[in-house]
Amino acid sequence: MEELSLHILDLVQNSIGAAATRVGILIEEDVAADRFLFEVKDNGQGMDKELVREVLKPFTTTRTTRRVGLGLSLLDMAARQCDGGVEIDTEPGKGTRVRAVFRYSHWDRAPLGDIKTTLLTIIAANPELQLEYVHRVNGRIFRLDTEEIRTVLGGDIPLNNMAVLGWLDDYLAQSLAELYGGEE
Amino acid sequence: MTALKNLDDLRKLRERVKEDLNERFGGEIKIIVGMGTCGIAAGAREVMAAILNELRLRNINATVTQTGCIGMCEREPLVDIVRPGEKRITYGRVTPRDAKRLVAEHVLHGRVVEDLVVARFEE
Ligand SMILES: Nc1ncnc2c1ncn2[C@@H]1O[C@H](COP(=O)(O)OP(=O)(O)OP(=O)(O)O)[C@@H](O)[C@H]1O
Ligand SMILES: [Mg+2]
Repeated sequence: MEELSLHILDLVQNSIGAAATRVGILIEEDVAADRFLFEVKDNGQGMDKELVREVLKPFTTTRTTRRVGLGLSLLDMAARQCDGGVEIDTEPGKGTRVRAVFRYSHWDRAPLGDIKTTLLTIIAANPELQLEYVHRVNGRIFRLDTEEIRTVLGGDIPLNNMAVLGWLDDYLAQSLAELYGGEE
Repeated sequence: MTALKNLDDLRKLRERVKEDLNERFGGEIKIIVGMGTCGIAAGAREVMAAILNELRLRNINATVTQTGCIGMCEREPLVDIVRPGEKRITYGRVTPRDAKRLVAEHVLHGRVVEDLVVARFEE
């Protein structure tokens, strides 16, 4: 994948496929530690021991439409190419956390890319999902919680309402610009 | 300060949206984008973003959702459009440009965009 934000979208699709109702995304960009990491955790169905052991090998899948699963093994390859790797914590019936670590300055590390569109498409297609997003860049932090937005909106306006998505688009654009070096 | 100002905007928006909620949420047109790894690698995120954008520009009320890989990976990005009471049409190798066309032709007017069709299903 050309952007890490596409891997993040892909991990969230796994969570949704595992019937998660809550998803947490964490991104940490740390130049001093020379580390770029992200994490997607969910309260979905989890994986049993046998499956986790296999899942980073190409091409394990429980899907029936294709014989191979690509998402996790592609991510693992990308991370290992950049002196990092993928770690999976999971428990059947509880949930899963997938963490990917890269060396920040590795020449082959893909850029984060368009994380705003990753978030907007997740929320637009999954308006009921409880999504918490935490993004740290060298000590600055941006946090988004769909439940706070839902509270402001009250019960009757869904998050995929076009006007709400338009607001979110602007809000994310501004907040991410600040995170990367604008004002406090 | 962005956060507070924006929350204020969101509150104002709520009042505005509430007023035309009844008009805007009715008979459901469904648009489904393939978001397996194969779809994402082929550009599904940009296609979904283009669809959302076009719906907003044209003020069309439709539900956009995703599905995983359905086994036609070489034809991703796949987009399905379902208008109430009509056949479900699957479009393949959709680009963001095509996505605009799908909204303007099929979603809005019910005209199937023949050159992009890969499958049809009775709902
Ligand atoms: N968050 C998760 N919760 C539960 N099971 C998961 C999760 N992520 C992955 N899995 C399991 O691991 C398998 C492999 O995942 P992977 O993303 O590599 O491939 P896939 O999702 O099956 O297919 P693809 O990603 O190519 O569309 C999945 O089929 C699923 O069984
Ligand atoms: Mg996957």
